[in-house]
Amino acid sequence: MARTLSQPVTVTFDYTRSTGPVIGRFLTGLRDGVVLGGRTADGRVLVPPPEFDPQTHAATTDFVEVGPGGVVDSWTWVPEPVAGQPFDRPFAWALVRFDGADCAMLLALDADHDAIATGMRVTVRWADERVGAITDIACVEPSAGDLGFDTLAALAAQPAAGEPVTGVVSPISLDYLYAASPEESAFFSGLAEGRIIGQRCPVCHKVYVPPRGACPVDGVPTTDEVELPDSGTITTFCIVNVPFLGQRISPPYVSAYVLLDGADIAIQHLILEVPADEVRMGMRVEAVWRPRDEWGTTIENIAHFRPTGEPDADYETYRMHL
Amino acid sequence: MTKQPAAVIGIGQTHHRAKREDVSMAGLCREAIDRALLDAGMTFDDIDAVVVGKAPDLFEGVMMPELFLAEALGAAGKPLLRVHTAGSVGGSTAIVAASLVQAGVHRRVLTVAFEKQSESNAMWALSVPVPFVMPVHAGAGGYFAPHVRSYIRRSGAPTHVGAIVAAKDRQNALLNPYAHLKNPDTTVESVLASQMLWDPIRYDETCPSSDGACALVIADADTAASITDPAWIHGTVMRSEPTTAAERDQVNPLAGRAAAAALWKQAGITNPLEEIDAAEIYVPFSWFEPMWLENLGFAPEGTGWQLTEAGDTALDGRLPVNASGGVLSSNPIGASGMLRFAEAALQVRGQAGEHQVDGVRRALGHAYGGGSQFFAMWVVGAEKP
Repeated sequence: MARTLSQPVTVTFDYTRSTGPVIGRFLTGLRDGVVLGGRTADGRVLVPPPEFDPQTHAATTDFVEVGPGGVVDSWTWVPEPVAGQPFDRPFAWALVRFDGADCAMLLALDADHDAIATGMRVTVRWADERVGAITDIACVEPSAGDLGFDTLAALAAQPAAGEPVTGVVSPISLDYLYAASPEESAFFSGLAEGRIIGQRCPVCHKVYVPPRGACPVDGVPTTDEVELPDSGTITTFCIVNVPFLGQRISPPYVSAYVLLDGADIAIQHLILEVPADEVRMGMRVEAVWRPRDEWGTTIENIAHFRPTGEPDADYETYRMHL
Repeated sequence: MTKQPAAVIGIGQTHHRAKREDVSMAGLCREAIDRALLDAGMTFDDIDAVVVGKAPDLFEGVMMPELFLAEALGAAGKPLLRVHTAGSVGGSTAIVAASLVQAGVHRRVLTVAFEKQSESNAMWALSVPVPFVMPVHAGAGGYFAPHVRSYIRRSGAPTHVGAIVAAKDRQNALLNPYAHLKNPDTTVESVLASQMLWDPIRYDETCPSSDGACALVIADADTAASITDPAWIHGTVMRSEPTTAAERDQVNPLAGRAAAAALWKQAGITNPLEEIDAAEIYVPFSWFEPMWLENLGFAPEGTGWQLTEAGDTALDGRLPVNASGGVLSSNPIGASGMLRFAEAALQVRGQAGEHQVDGVRRALGHAYGGGSQFFAMWVVGAEKP
């Protein structure tokens, strides 16, 4: 078995961005098929428009139409695109200075590698459907002909239609590999065998479960392994009545700190087989394990804790854990 | 260790709302900054450095927002620092800004803290499941509710004390034009009748989710001498401790106690209840008022609730706490700590408007964050230290 356990995790959310008036104006322009820059106090035209003037710090209010043609100031080739990029075939990222602009903007350039050169003329290729987002510019492509005027792209321009853009949705998805520490891994591997493994600090002698590898108080390695029973005492708890996005247990449920017998720190777990309003501080509880064939390397092998029926623990035995 | 005197000479904040869909993150920050600069009689040209703070990046889904915000914050060509200490970050950010002046590194520092919670969902962002671990987490309320239960058990406080705090802060918020929640009908009875969310915490005992920002201009003695009413910084302290440790006291955390003791010493205060005239304490869930009154040393352990119950923390009480309405009435998380620091300064300057407490000479600003593991606090006063 590997020394450490790991598991893929994906965190996703559709963030709702309010654009404010300047970025909103830029995105409204894209929806309507025009690229807008912002004129700064020193007369330059920046694309996209900055929300505030870099010199005077005043909000940008002077918008200028630029492009849709422009020049490639610099570029880099992407031989192996990754998920989420504009193309699933090789393409270039290019710094494109639109006609009428004084700075370059990073855009995808759809062209053969050998056809790309710094200084080449390009023009906007609009997305099939424009919604008021940066992706309304599908990419830039080499300009057709030598006219220096990009007829097709210009034709895409249409009168302002609909309400100004005030927000965009930004779906974010993060994929990463969660790695447990060696000590946590030993704990989770122990659970796969129905054992609960903690570690004792050699200085303060406190028993940590799950084990930490180092005592958070003394900062020394916690090398002494301790096996703990699956019974303990509820120190404190709350009853979760509130539903929320991503919740995995249906409310209401009791989330409790359970101080396992022999441990010096409580673990958080679920209390069932008792009405929520009868759960008490000091209540004695025991683990209810799932069927062995469902076990994995997880605390969820313990489905929940339930009352043992023993008398409540004396307050003094858990007072230090409140 | 001798520090240069420093003072708050400019204060600005946004109108805090559930959704500020009319502004971007940059626009939100600028609303607070522009007000702070106007208050200080300054422009960006007068500023030497910028310090920005906000809570976890997952709240807006922008990694290191200070990168794209730099220009809008007027930081081009100047030092820009970002501070991050979870919910206490607004306080820590103000302290970092103050320390740049106190150390003699800069003369005029602009600091801003913000959160635009409407861009995501804080409950989700604070409850992302961790592999192998029991998925019983339920946001900040789920985290703090068991510790509130512990406080009630340890102190023997009557169970309506939390409702007293919530009703008081919501009534105070009616006097603060910037506050998010405006619920004139909130009473102790209505709070007690509201839904139990994370038993023992009721709906009306929790903070809202807000969009908002706060900004301060902190300056050296020469600069502060040019204005009539600087709020002089008499002491600043930050302390931290592990999120979890065996027998860690989450009701009365050691780091908070140590920070408060150091703060009172720095500020030359021996009896905080008598010598502090107004306090802005980070109370996102009502019961944290009595808990932090004890942690800060305003009351012996187990007796903080008696100050609340007796009305001592009301606007006309012995120690008005959260005259602004506090976190319970406005909670742009990243800015919430700085708002406490700013409101303390407003009280000292006599600029708190309708929620001004009479005759404030010294005030406390306080923030905490993480699992009650980060603490930041300052004392500001009308007199130059």
